[in-house]
Amino acid sequence: MSEVIKVPTMAEFMAQGKNPEVLFWVGCAGSFDDRAKKISKAFAKLLNNAGVEFAVLGTEEGCSGDPAKRAGNEFLFQMQAMMNIQVLNGYEIKKIVTTCPHCFNTLKNEYPELGGTYEVMHHTQFLKSLLNEGRLKVEGGKFKGKRITFHDPCYLGRANNEYEAPRDLLRKLEVELVEMKRCKSRGLCCGAGGAQMFKEPENGDKDINIERTEEALETKPDVIAAGCPFCNTMMTDGVKGKEKEDSIEVMDVAEMIAAAADL
Amino acid sequence: MQYIPNILFLIVLVAGIGYFTKNIRKIIRNIKLGREADTSGNKSERWGNVVRIALGQSKMVVRPIAGLMHFVVYVGFVIINIEVLEIIIDGLFGTHRIFSFLGGFYDFLIASFEILALLVFIAVIIFWLRRNVQRIKRFLSPEMEGWPKNDGNLILYFEMVLMTLFIVLNAADLQLQNIGAEHYSRAGSFPVSQYLLPLLDGLSESTLIIIERAAWWLHIIGILIFLNYLYYSKHLHIILAFPNVYFGKLTTPGKFKNLESVTKEVKLMMDPNVDPFAAPPEGADAAEAPAKFGASDVMDLTTTQLLNAYTCTECGRCTSECPANQTGKKLSPRKIMMDTRDRLQEVGANIDANGSFQDDGKQLLGDYISTEELWACTTCNACVEACPVSIDPLSIIMDMRQYLVMEQSAAPTELNVTMTNIENNSAPWPFNQMDRANWIKE
Ligand code: SF4
Ligand code: SF4
Repeated sequence: MSEVIKVPTMAEFMAQGKNPEVLFWVGCAGSFDDRAKKISKAFAKLLNNAGVEFAVLGTEEGCSGDPAKRAGNEFLFQMQAMMNIQVLNGYEIKKIVTTCPHCFNTLKNEYPELGGTYEVMHHTQFLKSLLNEGRLKVEGGKFKGKRITFHDPCYLGRANNEYEAPRDLLRKLEVELVEMKRCKSRGLCCGAGGAQMFKEPENGDKDINIERTEEALETKPDVIAAGCPFCNTMMTDGVKGKEKEDSIEVMDVAEMIAAAADL
Repeated sequence: MQYIPNILFLIVLVAGIGYFTKNIRKIIRNIKLGREADTSGNKSERWGNVVRIALGQSKMVVRPIAGLMHFVVYVGFVIINIEVLEIIIDGLFGTHRIFSFLGGFYDFLIASFEILALLVFIAVIIFWLRRNVQRIKRFLSPEMEGWPKNDGNLILYFEMVLMTLFIVLNAADLQLQNIGAEHYSRAGSFPVSQYLLPLLDGLSESTLIIIERAAWWLHIIGILIFLNYLYYSKHLHIILAFPNVYFGKLTTPGKFKNLESVTKEVKLMMDPNVDPFAAPPEGADAAEAPAKFGASDVMDLTTTQLLNAYTCTECGRCTSECPANQTGKKLSPRKIMMDTRDRLQEVGANIDANGSFQDDGKQLLGDYISTEELWACTTCNACVEACPVSIDPLSIIMDMRQYLVMEQSAAPTELNVTMTNIENNSAPWPFNQMDRANWIKE
């Protein structure tokens, strides 16, 4: 697949003496993980489609430090944070949007004390604001009437109290939104947070993503909607583990909107 | 001679309250062993939380059945305590129902106390059934074996006995009023205890007085014993829930605190004007002992975290929402709190015995909380969200992880690889930072 999407870098904007409306913070998963790259692309297409002037940091972006911090390595976290803050402040960034709730949380809540204060939005929040401003059209398309359940990312939901933006977008897709038994503030983690993504789980009788996938499957969904690249991986693995990958898709909300608009 | 009961009562009262105060002082002393907590932030927001979460029990009703019954017991407890005030005054001065001058309002008060006592009794029975017959899962975790289980039941027995004594006391009093006994002037309205009257029918005045006095004494002594029992029990939450909620975290749950000691060092490392090989500056900074990163024992935790530990009601709501625990991992956020409290109590006893803390070769990490538990946490905040009294088990887990990683380099191997990657390529995977924008063209 080699369609060219317009994704300018901050350096390019600088060279032209311009400032973008918003910086798209891609994150490590969005940059390197094959599955998550598709989310980055879908989101970039939506931004282009809505006429948003955005930029990425490209090779100047570094890990936000979230996994290091949650693993207990405060040194490494603060090193990462300060390097990123130097770059962001150098470009005088005011507004950031990211498709990763972990980057979102860290940039929004943990960077200010270290000298990096920006308006940070999760991509579902940003898309919703575009929708409200009439810049983005969200229509059912192929998802109309489909059963969709949304898995709340811990770092968007409980950590930052945002439950409605992704759901509002899904409703706009005219889907049949069904909730899992544990949802919103009582939503069950996918099992990836706190640096668990990067290690084997401790001994137990089940993997967390399987438990969560089972709960999602109970709602008999056509699509499990996610808002985080790590949740996405966890749920995709879970669906595969249950041998349901032929009938049930795991998709990011942004991917669904882009797919519905045939982007 | 006639004042002997009054004097006796005074002695019992002073002893009961005195011993309780002594133990509360110990708790305060132990909590102060912790590091200074961040108690900044809007005072009115803190008081708002106290009103909403502690007084208003807003988090309890997330689980409606337990929440409703807890509300009954809580309201009953608070209101019936108004009656204890009268009991104390009567005891000290030998009066009979000193507040009865309130007339109709007094009747109303006594009637509501009785109805509440009955409701409390019923709720406590249901609580007991949930623990012992229905055997609800969250009361059966490994950390609940032994004393915590007995503690939970003992509290319920205490309440059953106290409520029964209260009703028997009223019934005997009413019967004495009915037969016109001297000293027992007409006062109060008894919608519940009146049904016990047939049981007392035909008893002589002196027998009735013995029953009334016995119930009265047992009731007030029972209350004093219960008061002193709190110190040994999770029931301490009836007091500590209020300050604990006040000191609860105000910032958004996703925001973990940044270690200032680390910020200083990182800034120095990144400042191009600082000569990395320069000798450390003389004076105050040089004298400062190097800060210990994270927590390996209770003294490394903050006062708020230690208050959390004493406040924990062992309800297990946190554990029953914990993804790690629900999938059979050893981690239980409730156990984290109980371990912290038990270790703090051990440290406190050590201080009592030795005057100051003497190294006992033990610590919270390892002797109480294992690394396996710590590494199972996904930092999902479900435990924090679930806790009805604003306890933050996650913060203790994080502090202990910091100790493991920054003081002991004891992270699981895969995480060490992840962190090396972040350090070298600025991503948790071994990809080159120069390839970070490749996705655009792929
Ligand atoms: S934050 Fe950790 S301890 Fe708390 S519920 Fe989540 S996984 Fe369990
Ligand atoms: S920490 Fe809170 S939720 Fe967990 S057992 Fe203690 S009181 Fe209950």
